[in-house]
Amino acid sequence: MATPAPLRVWEKEFLSYRSFWQSNLLGTIVRPLFYLLGMGFGVGGLVENGDRSDAVFGDVSYFQFLGPAMIVTTAMMILVSASLWPIRGGFEWTGTYKSQVTTPITPSEVVMGVGLWHLTYGLISAIGVALVLAFFDSTRAWGLIPACGVAALTGAAYAMPITAWSAIAKTDYSFPNILRFVVIPTFLFAGAFYPISVLPDWLQWFARVSPLWHGIEVARAIVHHSLGFSSGVSVGAGIAHIGYLVVWVVVGWYMSFRAFTHKLAN
Amino acid sequence: MITARSLSKSFGDFTAVNGIDFDVRPGEVFGFLGPNGAGKSSTMRMIGAVSPPTGGTLRIFGLDPATDGKKIRARLGVVAQQDELDEFLSVQDNLLIYGRYFDLPRRVCKERAAELLDFVQLSDWATKKVQPLSGGMKRRVTIARSLMSQPEILMLDEPTTGLDPQARHVLWDRLYRLKQQGVTIVLTTHYMDEAEQLCDRLVVMDQGQIVAEGTPAELIRTYSPREVLELRFPAGENEEYGDRVDGIGARHEVLPDRILIYADDGEVALKEVHGRGLDPEAVLVRRSSLEDVFLRLTGRTLVE
Repeated sequence: MATPAPLRVWEKEFLSYRSFWQSNLLGTIVRPLFYLLGMGFGVGGLVENGDRSDAVFGDVSYFQFLGPAMIVTTAMMILVSASLWPIRGGFEWTGTYKSQVTTPITPSEVVMGVGLWHLTYGLISAIGVALVLAFFDSTRAWGLIPACGVAALTGAAYAMPITAWSAIAKTDYSFPNILRFVVIPTFLFAGAFYPISVLPDWLQWFARVSPLWHGIEVARAIVHHSLGFSSGVSVGAGIAHIGYLVVWVVVGWYMSFRAFTHKLAN
Repeated sequence: MITARSLSKSFGDFTAVNGIDFDVRPGEVFGFLGPNGAGKSSTMRMIGAVSPPTGGTLRIFGLDPATDGKKIRARLGVVAQQDELDEFLSVQDNLLIYGRYFDLPRRVCKERAAELLDFVQLSDWATKKVQPLSGGMKRRVTIARSLMSQPEILMLDEPTTGLDPQARHVLWDRLYRLKQQGVTIVLTTHYMDEAEQLCDRLVVMDQGQIVAEGTPAELIRTYSPREVLELRFPAGENEEYGDRVDGIGARHEVLPDRILIYADDGEVALKEVHGRGLDPEAVLVRRSSLEDVFLRLTGRTLVE
């Protein structure tokens, strides 16, 4: 039976992943674990023992507040890295995409396959963090499973536009700046470590346009709901958040499609 | 197998291929000979149904690449200028995954990978990573990979550029065997010895156009006398000796490092050189080659 071409591109990515899966999984577990322990116990101890503001955290402990967000930020961080140099490499260094389009596979099928792989890779990374959270009584919940899906989608909302940029950029000089000026501020300001209501207005706007904030809101609501807390996000708002992420994925996919076609079939 | 008429390719203002005509027949080895930038690779990418032509017509297996790209590519094997292998995967996995691009079942991929690695004499390396392999070995992996789909036409873009002489001969031998098996081969090269060794017919390209066409022997016969006398004078003095050999042989060519005299009999020409009282530092009489044809046609050498 014929396998759709995008899945055959996906197979290539999966095969490559198998050569470095140990380091990926270790990274996806260890880094969030440090954040969870450091921030969860450190900052958590501070906010919970001192001036604990129920209006902000409700009955939820700081560790429970932070945990679901770490699933999403990890998927984002890993997919941003995966859509910078590795994508460029497919054109410039290994030439994987160039060799793929000399076979029956078309540039748009390459993009589909790469996009599918981004989602898969995001999911694998998210599951790593979810496993860590499942280890603690206070965060063990069924909601961790759908939260992984939301995390993968959030990661793809970053990965697809960045994939287009990595394909089309003349050099990779801009890549460290993407990390410095897009990824790190988003990581810090999109409500992973505190509710964005404590930020000044203009920073709240920055958070609200970031796909990351939308992903964190939904993932957190799902996990908190399954832990028995009120989630504070209505179903309608949840769907709107997901819709916003899907828009980024679709727009990014279209940009990638244009970029790959331009680069590979000129 | 391949027919091109007034085939052109432009990138913005730049014309890479400027209205070329050629036909490739089943079972032959067809070559594009020319210096870097002559338009060889652009032509190959068009034949490969990857890069759409901007003018003229092109048919591969009688199909139009603009509408039947997938069908054409399914029947081609492509060896690009860069190896484009995944260095972190094993030799075998590089072949397997390439077979999967053609949607071959995994079992078939495994069988063919083993056969082909045997064919390119790399069976012992099947499970090793690609990274530490030598240039010649990587080239052979790439060729094995391009054969996974059992292509009717094998296309090679500068297959031996950057390889040492021994690796080149191993490769030529394998390509010759493929030809014997009936595979049509289209290749580009800027080495005249490669074109002479491998090609049944070839076209000489320069600045996006075909400047000559024929079998290697025909081209040499048409454009160059049988022998070449090479003279080397002390560095920087070749230019001034140029005038003093005037009239010897059919014609002569002054290059920065030597003077070439084209003659039917090189030894006779050499006697004449000595007769004029000239005493070059080094002398060589050789058969004329495609390099000389190219020099004659364009006034430039192939490999700068």
